[in-house]
Amino acid sequence: MSEMSTAERLAYMANQIARNFGTLPDDKAAEETAQHIVDFWDPRMIEGLLNGEMQRLSPVALRAMEIVAAHRSHRAA
Amino acid sequence: MGYEPQADFGTPPSDAQAQVTLTIDGRAVTVPAGTTVMRAAAECGGSIPKLCATDSLKQFGSCRLCLVEIDGARGTPASCTTPVAEGMVVHTQTPRLQKLRRGVMELYISDHPLDCLTCSDNNDCELQDQAAAVGLRDVRYGYSGDNHLGAMPDISNPYFDFDPSKCIVCSRCVRACDEVQGTLALTIDGRGFGSKVSAGLASDDFLSSECVSCGACVQACPTATLQEKTMKEIGKPERSVVTTCAYCGVGCTFRAEMRGEQLVRMVPWKDGKANRGHSCVKGRFAWGYANHQDRITTPMIRQSIDEPWREVSWDEAIAYAASELRRIKAQHGARALGGITSSRCTNEETFLVQKLIRAGFGANNVDTCARVCHSPTGYGLKTTFGTSAGTQDFDSVMDADVILVIGANPTDAHPVFGSRMKRRLREGAKLIVIDPRRTDLVKSPHIEAQHHLALQPGTNVAVLTAMAHVIVTEGLANEGFIRERCDWDEYQDWAAFVAQARNAPEFLEAVTRVPAAELRAAARLYATGGNGAIYYGLGVTEHSQGSSTVMAIANLAMVTGNIGRRGVGVNPLRGQNNVQGACDMGSFPHELSGYRHISDETTRKLFEADWGVTLDPEPGLRIPNMLDAAVDGSFRAIYIQGEDILQSDPNTHHVAAGLRAMECVIVQDLFLNETANYAHIFLPGSTFLEKNGTFTNAERRIQPVRRVMEPANGYEDWEVTQLLANAMGLDWHYGHASEILEEIARLTPTFTGVNWERLEAEGSLQWPVNAAHPDGSPIMHVDGFVRGKGKFVVTDYVPTDEKTGPRFPLLLTTGRILSQYNVGAQTRRTDNTAWHPEDLLEIHPTDAENRGLRNGDWVKLASRTGETTLRALVTDRVAPGVVYTTFHHPTTQANVVTTDYSDWATNCPEYKVTAVQITPSNGLTGWQEDYEALSRRSRRIADHAEAAE
Repeated sequence: MSEMSTAERLAYMANQIARNFGTLPDDKAAEETAQHIVDFWDPRMIEGLLNGEMQRLSPVALRAMEIVAAHRSHRAA
Repeated sequence: MGYEPQADFGTPPSDAQAQVTLTIDGRAVTVPAGTTVMRAAAECGGSIPKLCATDSLKQFGSCRLCLVEIDGARGTPASCTTPVAEGMVVHTQTPRLQKLRRGVMELYISDHPLDCLTCSDNNDCELQDQAAAVGLRDVRYGYSGDNHLGAMPDISNPYFDFDPSKCIVCSRCVRACDEVQGTLALTIDGRGFGSKVSAGLASDDFLSSECVSCGACVQACPTATLQEKTMKEIGKPERSVVTTCAYCGVGCTFRAEMRGEQLVRMVPWKDGKANRGHSCVKGRFAWGYANHQDRITTPMIRQSIDEPWREVSWDEAIAYAASELRRIKAQHGARALGGITSSRCTNEETFLVQKLIRAGFGANNVDTCARVCHSPTGYGLKTTFGTSAGTQDFDSVMDADVILVIGANPTDAHPVFGSRMKRRLREGAKLIVIDPRRTDLVKSPHIEAQHHLALQPGTNVAVLTAMAHVIVTEGLANEGFIRERCDWDEYQDWAAFVAQARNAPEFLEAVTRVPAAELRAAARLYATGGNGAIYYGLGVTEHSQGSSTVMAIANLAMVTGNIGRRGVGVNPLRGQNNVQGACDMGSFPHELSGYRHISDETTRKLFEADWGVTLDPEPGLRIPNMLDAAVDGSFRAIYIQGEDILQSDPNTHHVAAGLRAMECVIVQDLFLNETANYAHIFLPGSTFLEKNGTFTNAERRIQPVRRVMEPANGYEDWEVTQLLANAMGLDWHYGHASEILEEIARLTPTFTGVNWERLEAEGSLQWPVNAAHPDGSPIMHVDGFVRGKGKFVVTDYVPTDEKTGPRFPLLLTTGRILSQYNVGAQTRRTDNTAWHPEDLLEIHPTDAENRGLRNGDWVKLASRTGETTLRALVTDRVAPGVVYTTFHHPTTQANVVTTDYSDWATNCPEYKVTAVQITPSNGLTGWQEDYEALSRRSRRIADHAEAAE
C-alpha cells in the first residue's frame, strides 16, 4: 500500500468502497459507491481518478465512477 | 473568591424517592429515606464531628467520633451508620457526647506529632479541626508511651508523600482505593496498635506497588499523612477555580487550587458530572508540562526547514504567515491551503480555525485528529441512528446489567470511567470483553469477565456478525422494539443476511479464532442478560472496516432493544479531551458544525449570511489526502493547531514526504513537536490553564474551561487565530470566548440553548440543547431515533488487505497506557515518565522463545512500510502471533511501521493490524538515528544555536 502512487491509491479507495457495498445488487452498490464519493471526496480526487487509473477499478467501482462523472457533468451544465 | 475546601457531608447521598422527616437538635429536617443521620445533619447546616467518614465513601463506623443520642434508642450510636427514621429525634451535642468525643480525640492525639505550626496541612487538617470541635484541652495519657512518630515516610511517588507518623488509621485511603478507584492497592496491615497502611507487600512502596497514582487516597486523607508534594513546597491554596481536564475524553472537572498565579494542586470537583469527584494520575498530577523548559513562548519563523528558527515578535510572525498564505493562494488557488484543528483546544478555538480555513482560505480543506480515531463513529452512528455521537451519559453504566467492551481498554485510556465501570461490575453486572489482548478488565481484583473473546486482529465485523447470527437464529431479537423504532424492511434484509450459514460462529471461527461456543454464550448473555450496554474504542474504529464495525455494534443494540434508556446504549469512548467538540464544530472537510453536509444549500447559506462570504460547496481534503496532494503539488500550505501528525499519523515516511513538499507549514503548539521539524512558522500556544472556553467530552457534555493564570505566550489560542484571520483580511472582533460560543449557538441547531451564562450556572450541558431539549440530553433516542427509524446496515466481513506471510508472520496492534497520553507531548514532560519512560513491545513467550528473545532485549520491529527498534516485554497478555506496543515516545516512532490501509468510509488508519516481524537488535535503527539528528537540527533556535557553537 505504501508503494502506491496517489493515482493508484485513489483507485484502491474506490474499489474498497465498492467492496464494502458488496452484498447489494451491483447497480445499487454502484449507486451507493458513487454517492459516497460525491459526499466525501475532494473534486481533485475525483478528477484524479477519472483521469487516472480507471483500468484498476472493479466493475462496480467503474460503474460508480461513470455515475459520478455524469453527476459532475450535469452540475457543470 | 477565597479558598474554601469542598463541602463534605460525611456519607454518600441516598437516591430513594421517599422522604423522611426527623428532628436534629430541635430543627425539623426532611431528607430522602436511607440518608444517614450524619448527612442529614450536614445538609441542614449542622456538623457532627467525624474522622473516618467522607461522602465519597461508604460509611465505616470506626472512629467513634460521630456518636449521637437518639430519643428512645439505647447508647450512643454512630451517626454515620444510623439511617434516618420518620419522627426520629436526634441530639448531636450533649455533655455525655462531649466527654466521649474528647476521650476519642485524646487517644488519637496521644500518638500524633504536635508539629501543627510547621505541618503542611496546618489550617487544612481535619484532625486539627476535630480536636478544636470537641474542645480538646489536654491529653491525659501524655506522650511518652509507645507511638508511631518515628515511622519513616515513603516519598517514592513523584507526586505525593506518605508519612505514616501522622496516620490515624481511619482507613479512608484503603477504602478510596477500593470503592472509588477499584485498584485495591492499599490495605491495613497488622492488628490493634500495630495496624498500619500498606501499599501491597512489606517490600513495596507506593511506586513499586499496584498503586496507579489516581490521588483518591490523597483526597480522602484527613491529615497530612498522604499529601501532594506541591502542598509542601508551595503552601496552602488561597483560591480555587473549577475547570476541565485537558487529557482524555472523560472530561473530569477539577478545582485548580491556586496561590497567586501558581497552581498548587488540581483536586477533583465533587460536583463534576463526568467524574463525580474522581481523577487519574494525568489530570490530577501531570500538569507540570505547562512550565516545562521545552515550552516555547516566543513566535519563530524560518524560510527553510533546514535553517535554525529565528525568534520574532508576534506582529512579524503573523504578518509573515499571512503573506505566505496569500501568496500561495494567489499562485495556486484556495484549494492549495488547508488546516488541522486541535482536538485538545476548546470548541471556540476549533470553530475559529475551521472558520478561518473556510471563510479566509476559501476551501473546505479542514480536518482534525478524529480522522485517525473516531471518524468511523461519526459515519457509523450517523448512518444508523442519525447522530455522530454516543447515546448515553457515564452515569448510565450504573444501570447496566451486561457490559460489552470491545476494542477498548478503559482502565488505561479512560481511567475515571473505567473505575466507574468496575464499581458496577463489583455490584454484579456481567462483563464481555472483545479484545485480542488480556486487558486489565478481563481479570483484576474482584473483576472477571464472563467472556473474553480474544479475537484475531482485523476480525471485529466477523465476530459481531456472528453474534448477530446467534441472536437472530435463536429467536432472541426484540421484535417489538424493532417494529416500533426501526425500519422493518431493512431489518428483514439484515436478519436474512446474518442468518446465513456463512455468518455462523462455527463457520467464522477459523477466521476469528474465537471458539464458537464462547461466542454463542456471549451473544446470549448480551441479548438476554437485562440492560446491555456496549462501550468501544479505537480497537473498533482503527481498522479497514472501522465504520462497518460501528454499524455492526449499532445493529446489535437495535436488534436487542438496548437503546433509549439508562443502562444500555452505544458508547464510543472518545479519546481526547475535545475530539467530540472538534467534530461538533465542523472540523471535517465535508461538514459544517452540527454535522451538516457542506453541499446542503440551506445550511451553507446560513453560514454565508453570518460570515459575509461565499463558501465552497464541495468537500475538501482529509489529512491523508492533504499529504497525497502535497506530494503531487496541488496542496501547499497548512495551518496546524495543536496536532502532531508526524508522530500520530500512520506511515511516518509518507507524512514526512507530504510535509516536506509543502511551502508553508504553520504549527501552533506548546512545544516544538515532531511536525514542527517541517514547519516554517511556529506560533506558541496556550495551555488549558491559560484560556477560557469549553470542551465537550465523550458524553456530549459541554463543560467550561476557565483561565486560572495568564498565558505564558501572551494570548489564548483563539486570539492567535484571530490575529491570523485579521492579517488575512477578515474582520474579527471577538473579545472573549463566550462571544464565539454565542456564534456557535446561533449557527448550530444542537447548540441553540448553550451559552456561557448557563454553563456558569449549571456546570455543564449535554447537547442537543434546544427547544426540543431545553435542559440538554443525557440519553439520546429516547422516543425515537434522530434519523426517524433506526437503520440496520448489512456489514459483510471483508478481510483486510494487510496480510501476514513468511516475511511478516506476526500481527502488531497498538494502544495506550495509563500514565502517558497519546504522543506524550504533555505527559513526557512531567514526572509520569517514572512509570513509562519508553514504549515497549509486548510479545508472547512462545514467539519470544522462537526468536531467542528475553525480557528487556532490544528488538527490531519491521513491517512492509518501515522498521524501528524498541525493548521487548515478554508477556502472555497477548496471544501467540500478536504483538502490541504504545506510541507515546517519538524515539520509537511506532508509526514508521504502520501502513496506509484505512477504513473504507473515512480513511481512519488501520493502526490495529500491521503485519510485522520481530528480530533481535543491538540498538537503534539507522532511520531512528537519522531522525534524532534531524530533530536536533530542526529544533535549533538562532542565538541559542550560535551560543552552542
